[in-house]
Amino acid sequence: MIRNDAIPRDADALRIEHLDVLYRVGRRERRVLTDLCLTIRRGESYGLVGESGCGKSTIAFAAIRYLPRNGLVSGGRILVDGRDLMALSAPALQRLRTQSISMVYQDPGRALNPSLRIGRQMAEVFEVAEGLRGGAAHERAAQMLSRVQISNPQRVLRNFPHELSGGMQQRVVIAMALSTNPALLILDEPTTGLDATVEAEVLDLIARLHAEFDNSILFISHSLPVVARMCDRVGVLYAGELIEEGPAATVFGDPRHPYTVGLLRCVPTYGRRKSHGRLESIPGFLPTAGSITGHCVFVDRCGNATERCRREAPSSIDLGGRVTRCFYPERAPDLPLQRHDAPVPLRTPPAAVPLTAPLLRIRNLSKTYQVAGKPLQAVHEVWLDLGPGETLGLVGESGSGKSSLAKLLLGLSTPDSGSQIELAGEPLPPRAADRTRTQLKALQIVFQNPGSALNRSQSVRRLIGRSLRLVGLYGQPREARLHELAASVRLTERHLDEKPRQLSGGLKQRVGIARAFAGGPRVVVCDEPTSALDVSVQSAILNLLVDLQAEQHVSYIFISHDLNVVHYLSDRIAVLYLGRLLEIGPSEAVFFGPHHPYTEALLSANPGVEGHAQRIRLTGELPNALSVPSGCVFHTRCPRKLGGICEQQEPPLLDAGEGHAIRCHIPAAELGMVATPKRGGLT
Amino acid sequence: MTDANGRSRTPVAARSLARERLQIALRSTTLIVGLAILTFWTVCAVFGAKITPLDPYADNLLATLAPPSAAHWFGTDQLGRDVFSRVIMGARDILIVAPLATLLGTVLGSALGLCVGYLRGILDDVVSRVIEALQALPLVIVALMALAAVGTSNATVVLVIGFVFTPLIARTIRSAVLIESELDYVAAARLRGDGPLAIMFIEILPNVLPIAIVEMTVRLGYAIFFVASLSFIGFGIQPPSADWGIAVAENYSLIGSYWWTILFDAAATASLVVGVNLVTDGLQSVFEA
Repeated sequence: MIRNDAIPRDADALRIEHLDVLYRVGRRERRVLTDLCLTIRRGESYGLVGESGCGKSTIAFAAIRYLPRNGLVSGGRILVDGRDLMALSAPALQRLRTQSISMVYQDPGRALNPSLRIGRQMAEVFEVAEGLRGGAAHERAAQMLSRVQISNPQRVLRNFPHELSGGMQQRVVIAMALSTNPALLILDEPTTGLDATVEAEVLDLIARLHAEFDNSILFISHSLPVVARMCDRVGVLYAGELIEEGPAATVFGDPRHPYTVGLLRCVPTYGRRKSHGRLESIPGFLPTAGSITGHCVFVDRCGNATERCRREAPSSIDLGGRVTRCFYPERAPDLPLQRHDAPVPLRTPPAAVPLTAPLLRIRNLSKTYQVAGKPLQAVHEVWLDLGPGETLGLVGESGSGKSSLAKLLLGLSTPDSGSQIELAGEPLPPRAADRTRTQLKALQIVFQNPGSALNRSQSVRRLIGRSLRLVGLYGQPREARLHELAASVRLTERHLDEKPRQLSGGLKQRVGIARAFAGGPRVVVCDEPTSALDVSVQSAILNLLVDLQAEQHVSYIFISHDLNVVHYLSDRIAVLYLGRLLEIGPSEAVFFGPHHPYTEALLSANPGVEGHAQRIRLTGELPNALSVPSGCVFHTRCPRKLGGICEQQEPPLLDAGEGHAIRCHIPAAELGMVATPKRGGLT
Repeated sequence: MTDANGRSRTPVAARSLARERLQIALRSTTLIVGLAILTFWTVCAVFGAKITPLDPYADNLLATLAPPSAAHWFGTDQLGRDVFSRVIMGARDILIVAPLATLLGTVLGSALGLCVGYLRGILDDVVSRVIEALQALPLVIVALMALAAVGTSNATVVLVIGFVFTPLIARTIRSAVLIESELDYVAAARLRGDGPLAIMFIEILPNVLPIAIVEMTVRLGYAIFFVASLSFIGFGIQPPSADWGIAVAENYSLIGSYWWTILFDAAATASLVVGVNLVTDGLQSVFEA
């Protein structure tokens, strides 16, 4: 590709020097980026990690000079490809944006124009950037699509965006971004909305393209494992400051800022279980960028903080090839562990769960929706038992029927006839409205999105209080119980009079948990309770769930797409695919094998900060639930498909010993032949 | 906000919603100007003859159709009545009838919208089709036929306009309720055994209230226009009221030579509608913030 040769080829792809960015809100000015310096060299992939509101996306927008209207660069310089971005004229900026930088956003569905065919949208890139016309532009578009491993580019070019899956859409967007062979490719959370197996594929693709095109990459993500896998160097962003930067392996292997240390400790690592002890968490809450001035931004949450940290703000310290913004980088690795008032709750080993008397018994549970006259099996013939005090993890990609199953249990949707749900030996009416108070109390849920789960017009006191009516408590005893509940989820008195919008995501989720526990439930369905939360808050919520379970001996059905989290919390794990149960068994057995090929693929797609050998990748797309494949539903994507038998016969759920069952034609012993990963090095 | 150990700290950004909205409201020129116009006419309506310079009903056959002068700022009409006094007095009836009609329509419409939006089912299908059918008819004609049937008075005008507005408001509220019903807090309410009435009126209603209020102000503008139109054709407010619509009807044949007999009444109607619309725009920006 030919670019303007006047530009020195050895210039850094992106160089940000002492950048300050302000947002004007009303009459106030909020500083969102403070004294930010970073350099992305040619061909380098640079990862930027941080939690919500730390200014990650602001950096991306500043790098293409596309800040929102109220945003203002108040100091510093941005050099893209050696040119000072702020000094460029409008046409020069336009040229730079078409030729030197490309950006891929989080949601591919919104990056593509829904009313134009993919071919039209892609051809436009070549028409604008290279002046190609008609057939030539179309030809180049097809070439680009095949480079992002789209097997049938001509067909995709004729499609509209909505006809493609999320993964395919993101490939198209990446292809468009790479079309001009930009010096710098900015990826802003490119896989956040995708399923784990698709995410793994897209990340593979990005890594391959990076090697092939030799662009520089700015990879923005909240996920440490993803950045660790994808990037040469990483920067950790906190409250608008780059608090640590260096080669990925060093920063994650030997962090020198207490925040990085804390962040790494919060994530449940591969193979870690609740019996290994509580998760670390970072105390306090995320500040909004720019709300802290005059001292270290992390001081309120830092276990190493001294008087000096409260008096002055540390500047960047060069540690030789890496940088940290801390007065005491040498003390970071010895950051004191969080002191836990409760002792580590050790649950009885899962084998001891008395399977003879399950608390919840699900038999032949199915749910068929009618979509345009065709049956859509959201849940198909699921059999499950849940023991008292047990945690059952439910995993699967989106569309696997996890949430549908939860809704059926709760009585929020009605199952097909022939389905049976029993609670403590008694059949449960299918509709919540027909259930008795005792039954309603016994089965509760913690929702995924605390924003929509709490009525925004009610105070916390009212939100929890209304649930206490179910228990039949009124007046003084109700008030007392309310305070007790709030305290048990670590909410203070002050929070009781606040409305949801005044609470952070983590606090809202605590209110949601308090509400679920108001009636003394026996089973709580946790539907991705931490997926909307930041990493540093997630661990505190998981700890809370473990504590509450130990205290109240409640059973959980824990739904999550994060396998490490599921494995951390669950005694048993069930794997769902297209509404069918493919595998169920004790956590350890499901996690370490032998496992169903689908489980294996899910595990392979699961990146860990420490990284482990990638094994198998799924190809193809999740089949349309309206036309479920014959025989084994997984055969269209199965890397270990045997042949005809898989297409014709639905395999039985075969026993693999110790309550572990796998729905596959390949015997368990043979499934286990594939090299299983070594157990995590944790004790 | 709390940290993991439950320590409490004052959040920087947490201000109450009400206070924040009030601040936005006070900064909105649109809202302030609109409210000023409305306040002016409300004062006129409340005090009426007590603040007019002359008796709005007193005729003076020696000074009919006098042009504006120091004695009669807006001139006099065919019966020699002071137009300025009558314009001030004319605010009273329309400011009673139009808001009451709108309020009735909003209350009924919100209740209907809540029910069909939350309960769905056959009720929703039937009501929605009926609403669509009603919208195909010109509303003034519907109202006219109804008033012709029941006889016209301020009370029947309120009822008829209120009923005519009900389906329009119900439709807006219904679509807002459809969105709210999908939110998890409604599921949570069902799981603690709340009945449909409690869910509709305690859980959902407060969240669709801002929409109902904005809708109400939009409708108020229409209602004023509606009442003025009905009065103009003789089916709204009845003489001897100093109503603007009646004044325009009585004098429109004189527009060529005696423009003051209708201009000020027409301008008064227009300013009231504009005032209401400014308030609507202002409120919308406050609630959206």
